[in-house]
Amino acid sequence: MKVLKVSGIETFYGKIQALKGVSLEVEQGKIVTILGANGAGKTTTMKTIAGLIKPKTGTIEFLGENVTGLRPDQLVKKGISLVPEGRAILSGMTVMENLDMGAYQRKDKEVEKDLEDVLKRFPILKERKNQLGGTLSGGQQQMLAIARALLARPKLLLLDEPSMGLAPLIVAEIFKIIKEIKDAGTTVLVVEQNAKQALKIADYGYVLETGKVIIHGKAKDLLEDPRIVEAYLGRKSEK
Amino acid sequence: MLLEQLINGITLGSIYAIVALGFTLVFGVLGIINMAHGEIFMFGAFVGVMVTSTLGWPIWMAFLAAIIVTAILGYMLERFALRPLRGKKGVSHLAPLISTIGVSILLENLSHHLFGAGNHPFKNAFAEIHFTIGSITIYVVQIVIFVISVVLMMALSYWLSKTRAGKALRATAENLDTASILGVNTRQIITLTVVMASAMGGIAGILVGMAFNSVNPQMGLSMGLKGLAIIILGGMGNVKGAMAGGLILGLAETLIVAYGDSGYRDAIAFLAIIVILLIRPQGLFGQKTSEGRP
Ligand SMILES: Nc1ncnc2c1ncn2[C@@H]1O[C@H](COP(=O)(O)OP(=O)(O)OP(=O)(O)O)[C@@H](O)[C@H]1O
Ligand SMILES: [Mg+2]
Repeated sequence: MKVLKVSGIETFYGKIQALKGVSLEVEQGKIVTILGANGAGKTTTMKTIAGLIKPKTGTIEFLGENVTGLRPDQLVKKGISLVPEGRAILSGMTVMENLDMGAYQRKDKEVEKDLEDVLKRFPILKERKNQLGGTLSGGQQQMLAIARALLARPKLLLLDEPSMGLAPLIVAEIFKIIKEIKDAGTTVLVVEQNAKQALKIADYGYVLETGKVIIHGKAKDLLEDPRIVEAYLGRKSEK
Repeated sequence: MLLEQLINGITLGSIYAIVALGFTLVFGVLGIINMAHGEIFMFGAFVGVMVTSTLGWPIWMAFLAAIIVTAILGYMLERFALRPLRGKKGVSHLAPLISTIGVSILLENLSHHLFGAGNHPFKNAFAEIHFTIGSITIYVVQIVIFVISVVLMMALSYWLSKTRAGKALRATAENLDTASILGVNTRQIITLTVVMASAMGGIAGILVGMAFNSVNPQMGLSMGLKGLAIIILGGMGNVKGAMAGGLILGLAETLIVAYGDSGYRDAIAFLAIIVILLIRPQGLFGQKTSEGRP
């Protein structure tokens, strides 16, 4: 079953066209990754899916329903959560308050239990729960951003460059967490610069270039694709 | 008597704090100075005059009526003067400020029209009741004003730090996009903020009527400018700063009038700002940057 189906979206910033007809699909229970150089339109794609920017043309379907043009909070309700580029921690609120905000729309009785589980899964957050979000390190902030998004119990989790600016050990930890999230049943769409590691955990991948999808295919095929090896894996894979 | 003056200063300061809180909430969430806040406050005061003097109803009804009227004014301000300008491409960031100035002039003219120019007496059954401790005289109305202000400030602080909606307001103030991807309907929060801030202005209007027994259509402008001064003093968008700034200004003004030259009363606020900003550009409680939303 398809969780997400994006068809031909074109998104503009004023007169600048950032997306020139992007189409992609995400299957239930899979990890799909979007690769591409700086400025290719990855973040714009994620923001458009999450409702932060409205596409000029094209449609976005979520679980078979047309959700194009809905507000971000309406999409959260439907089950889409975004961990944006740069994490977007509420720096003037405590770690605990950030987590509370993650479950903002939920009124069910399991919020407390989910909070406990999250604190167990991320002991560093438990240790710092009364500390202001802005005082966490980059890696801790990324953990907090992911934990916060999970508290909304999304059906589709959007991650925009979760490994950006983190030390290799933390990057490995983040990828491990993404894998766990998938194993727990949440579908994941993740933007990454770290092409090799992303393709290793992903099932499917898309490559964006100047606002268009130029290559897509099964992650394990992309890992071998000479065009990708040259442009994105090249030197890194030899290290 | 110094003690008496301190009591006067605290009474006045607590009203200033309530006005400044209205400014600071709107600034925090929308990143704009609401220049119509002073006039909304003035409308609250006139509603008080109507209810107590014209209708002869008790003071608590004046509070209720002022809250309702100013909340509606706040809603209309946001719905018709601010929302249409938001998120539009090519709209100057100064546009909402100009828009609120327009509303402030409209409200002032309207009050001239509705209530007439000049001072209007504000009747209050217990205006003259006072008692003396030793050599100092304390008016019951001062205690009432102080208690109402403190309760209001405590309730607001509690609401902001503990409730779901209060946290959503803080999240929206910090970053609109982040709040929205967490599921906050930020448009609703913005409306709520402007309505709440305006209602607090309305309450302050009644408090000023009680404190000075007189109300006029120009009081909006001077109170508006002082409120603005206070939030710059306390740190833009900062709740604690607004409270402390209000008290400081109230005390400073009262003491200047008592021991200095009363002609400088209204200049104090602005002198204080200049001095503070030279020493602490971000205000007393402000963060390093005071530019509002990035
Ligand atoms: N707010 C904006 N206003 C104008 N142009 C923008 C804005 N945000 C992005 N763009 C432009 O849109 C294009 C796509 O940007 P986007 O942020 O989506 O790229 P990206 O693939 O996420 O890049 P990166 O890897 O650097 O994060 C770029 O050319 C960028 O300059
Ligand atoms: Mg990006």
